Amino acid sequence: MTLAKPSIWRAGTLVPLLIFAVFILVPVWGQLTDHTFYVAYFARILIYAIAVVALNLALGFGGLVSLGHALFMGLGAYSVALPAFYGIDNGWVHLGFCLASCALAGLITGAISLRTSGIGFIMITLAFAQMGYFLFVSLKQYGGDDGTSIANTSQFFGLNLGGVYEVYVVSLVLLILATWWSARLRVSPFGMVLRGARQNARRVRAVGFPANHYLLVAYVLSAMLCGVAGMLLANLNAFASPSTLSWIISGDLVVMLVLGGLGTVFGPVLGALAFLGLEEILKAFTDHWLAVFGLVIVFIGLLGKAGIAGFLDSFSQRKSTSARTAQTKGAKA
Amino acid sequence: MNPTHVTSTHEPVLRTDTLVKRFGGLLVTDSVSIDVRPGEIHAIIGPNGAGKTTLINQLSGELAADSGQVLFAGQNVTALGIHKRARRGLLRSYQITSIFEGFTVLENTVLAAMGAQEHAFKFWRPMLGRADLVATAREALQVTGLQALADTPAAELAYGQRRQLELAMALAAQPKVLLLDEPMAGMSVQESAGVVELLKRLKGSHTILLIEHDMGAVFALADRITVLVYGQALFSGTPDEIRNNPQVKAVYLGDEEIA
Repeated sequence: MTLAKPSIWRAGTLVPLLIFAVFILVPVWGQLTDHTFYVAYFARILIYAIAVVALNLALGFGGLVSLGHALFMGLGAYSVALPAFYGIDNGWVHLGFCLASCALAGLITGAISLRTSGIGFIMITLAFAQMGYFLFVSLKQYGGDDGTSIANTSQFFGLNLGGVYEVYVVSLVLLILATWWSARLRVSPFGMVLRGARQNARRVRAVGFPANHYLLVAYVLSAMLCGVAGMLLANLNAFASPSTLSWIISGDLVVMLVLGGLGTVFGPVLGALAFLGLEEILKAFTDHWLAVFGLVIVFIGLLGKAGIAGFLDSFSQRKSTSARTAQTKGAKA
Repeated sequence: MNPTHVTSTHEPVLRTDTLVKRFGGLLVTDSVSIDVRPGEIHAIIGPNGAGKTTLINQLSGELAADSGQVLFAGQNVTALGIHKRARRGLLRSYQITSIFEGFTVLENTVLAAMGAQEHAFKFWRPMLGRADLVATAREALQVTGLQALADTPAAELAYGQRRQLELAMALAAQPKVLLLDEPMAGMSVQESAGVVELLKRLKGSHTILLIEHDMGAVFALADRITVLVYGQALFSGTPDEIRNNPQVKAVYLGDEEIA
């Protein structure tokens, strides 16, 4: 059996492309109707989607179940908040801080966590994120528990990332680039080694690749991209607080990824949209939205391992399978 | 007892020197000194629990030896891990099939071909776009008779085909020495015969250390045979010498009829 040729007419590709089209239309619609609130709401979805693309590198491709990615979102957020506290609004400085701190934190926590696997890995990543959480809680001069509002959002060549439309457009461009890259990465040598390590790390080593080096690089790249999402989030909210580093955020990212489809290209976008979209819709109907939300997640979980992306793919696969069966039947007749 | 050392014009490409491995109090590899010469098939036989797979694990670098040395292509590789030995051309296959279920047959083989040659810190171009690696992989699939299944997901292969893929992956690495751990384990008679034919074709062009329970296959293929009993290399010699060695007969072969 050969897999169906990739085509934009398959549901698994078509639906995400339509979603991206909607994403492109949102700011236009926002301008026309002056609904800034919804533009900000969709910007949040885009930013979380970037963070989930980042998590997908480590968890989806490499099988590294990190329950500590909020650490990197938080570092990204404080990379804006701390310089801004001292009046530094240069976006490149913010970005530099963000990438450097996330790379370093990713390298150290990754190198230690990778000495274990499974539950051990989950616990250690969680522990590091909690350490970061309490570190920022203890920094009273930067608001401690209450967080700190950001007066000087990131400036890039006269572009103020603090503006809702500015941060929206930048987030959308980054999300598209990140999604495109992860599609390329998935079948690149690096992606193949990662996905191989997820399936059978021992075999990856026997083939000649030091699996843990590859997983560590993936973890660091994932941390850095996740940091960028945190940086965008801080600009959107003009606010950074330790709650960005809480384990609940880490958990949300994992749920979004599993919901959308582990290891798939469009899973992160689908998952972030489904998660945050459902949250907003259910909140409008009932105060007990979390109970309904839980049921919906259980239902999507039952769809299978590959989440929404897998569900969309299975739709076109079923179609092509039946087409093939029809063909063979035709040939027999 | 040390195995007899036959002088040869060829320097051995793989050699162990008094290799020792203990699991707790159990001596699993007991001062084993064997060598594999270029182009030969050297078979290791021995009853279950003799320490054959443990020996292969130490040769491939998956297990660290407690003492002794592994010399490969003139260099001491005792301290090197499995991926470093694989990169140098010392490749193994597994007794329990170990393939990437989520990849196609071709992807499995190309990954193996790449692993032997270069690093994979390449983040943009598709792996299957590498014409040279794909050609090497397809050649290995051709040799193992899997070329028609190149695009099949490995998870959909039948048992015998998985064993063939295991071999194709090892061959795609263009190894200097192949360590084959029971390549015919669990195969049907017909499939085993296919693998024997395949190994016969590889003979001469490839250097192989073979662990196999199928005595018919071993005596048909091997240039030399080492008998391993309780972790000790009891005797090394040609198939004829093994057949006629009374000690080997007594310890291992018993009354069994040998092909």
